[in-house]
Amino acid sequence: MTAWRRFLRDRAAVAGTALIAAYVVLAIGAPWLVPYDPSQNDLALRLHPPSWQHWLGNDELGRDILSRLLGGARTSLLISVGAVALAVAVGVPLGLAAGYFRGRVDALISGTVEVLMAFPGILLALAVVAIFGFGVVKLVLAIGVYSVPTLAWLARGSTLSVGTMEYVEASRAMGQRPARIMQRHILPNILSPIIVQGTLRLATAVLTAATLSFLGLGVQPPEPEWGAMIASSVGYIRIAPHATVIPGIALMLVVLGFNVAGDGLRDSLDPTMRHLD
Amino acid sequence: MGVYVVRRLLHMIPVVLVVVTLVFLMLHLIPGDPAQLMLDPSASAQEVAALRHQLGLDQPIGREYVEFLGHLLRGSIGVSFKTGRSALADALPPFQRTVELAAASVVFAAVLGVGLGIAAGAWSRSVLSPITMLVALLGVSVPTFWLGLLLIIVFSLKLGLLPAGGAGSWQALVLPAVTLGSFSLGVIARITRASMTEVLHADYVRTARAKGAPERIVILRHAFRNALIPVITITSLSFGYALGGAVATETVFAWPGLGRHIVGAILARDYPSVQAGLFLFALSFLIVNLGMDLAYAAVNPRITYR
Repeated sequence: MTAWRRFLRDRAAVAGTALIAAYVVLAIGAPWLVPYDPSQNDLALRLHPPSWQHWLGNDELGRDILSRLLGGARTSLLISVGAVALAVAVGVPLGLAAGYFRGRVDALISGTVEVLMAFPGILLALAVVAIFGFGVVKLVLAIGVYSVPTLAWLARGSTLSVGTMEYVEASRAMGQRPARIMQRHILPNILSPIIVQGTLRLATAVLTAATLSFLGLGVQPPEPEWGAMIASSVGYIRIAPHATVIPGIALMLVVLGFNVAGDGLRDSLDPTMRHLD
Repeated sequence: MGVYVVRRLLHMIPVVLVVVTLVFLMLHLIPGDPAQLMLDPSASAQEVAALRHQLGLDQPIGREYVEFLGHLLRGSIGVSFKTGRSALADALPPFQRTVELAAASVVFAAVLGVGLGIAAGAWSRSVLSPITMLVALLGVSVPTFWLGLLLIIVFSLKLGLLPAGGAGSWQALVLPAVTLGSFSLGVIARITRASMTEVLHADYVRTARAKGAPERIVILRHAFRNALIPVITITSLSFGYALGGAVATETVFAWPGLGRHIVGAILARDYPSVQAGLFLFALSFLIVNLGMDLAYAAVNPRITYR
């Protein structure tokens, strides 16, 4: 059975993918889909519960929560995809080089990666934010840095095992340059674990971006962002819990979608991993 | 074993040096002049120069690095800009609070996670199995800070059972520990279940059953003891995770821990305090990892160390 068929049979994975697809469509279409201006204050509607005019209610400044949710989806999609792309672009070549050249190159790269992996990512992200400051671009940097060690380690491990294959040795014997061997012969064969890990990292990236923004270290208000929305509504949690609860549900669904789809991809691309769950 | 301990300790030295160097470099990586950033925009040139001198930024970097190491050996990383006291000494009481919270959360996650995992592994056809997988999935998907807020809404505001914040009583520890432990709870339950499922198919389990051992003994003595190693790994890993994850939880519950201390320092641009806090965090991870490796060597006689 092909990987694709296996994936389609996994109902949870398909549901997760549907969640992500909905999220991406809503995020990209946000400017045309928002019923109201996400930063339009209306103090008469302050902390108003969900109604026919405002499906998800209004926040502490009377802004439409649905519109802010859609605007926030855009921000978080941008940050998470940017961060994971950055991590893949930096981590995978490092891992390839370490696994291919071994010896001193490997010692240097793995040594650094191992040290960085000893710490939870949020610590690295905090350090980056402390140095460079807040905002969307800096969040991409902070969360990207956070995922580099994981991806480098994964790429190194896969390269180590693929690198000993006969076809790699054959192309080396034919005198091909290392860069070309890595690109043509190794990379395509280590791609599936990278895709799986990349999908799972997207879940972490969305969560981390929201967490940092919640702490006031990420996207700054009034720009709509889910974590920042939760932070600004906390003070009114007693009288208007909907303003806190709703963005959290959106956040959870997206993270859940990436996690389930990532697990499904792993199971369908590498069926031998299945028995572990 | 003795040789292994010594080797493992020696291995710490370069790692600690890398951490120290990164902490040192933090000030130099900041775009612009840290002294200028820390002070009011209206500060005079003399005030900026004085702060540069205090931070050691007016010296050649090599000499500054040596001095930084010297200070560190005497237990000091700069002076907090906000309090005027030693930044490291300022970070110690919050650090204790964080360790307290992290430990409570790991106990919660380990007890519940291992119990759920054993039960789901032993009765693999029961409803416990899908429940475990759901708990595991929700544990890694629900934003920690948001879960904390939900618990506050339900248990503090609606039911009035537990305090919504602060520290000092065991009641105040319950909600933050549950919030922080939820991630690890799911992971521990999932690993325990997987490990139990694997072990229950082993020959020695069949032998134990064949010789007529009661099922309770088979599961707890024969199967679980052998399934324990991955469970120990994941539990010690989750202590490290809890230390880091504490940042958001502490903010939600106004828990006076190190994570909140660092976030406050970042917002106030109190760089020496940020450096001291991150250093303390990093050091504690290294110690947790070291403890885990040594515990392994002691627990598992099958692992031999060169």
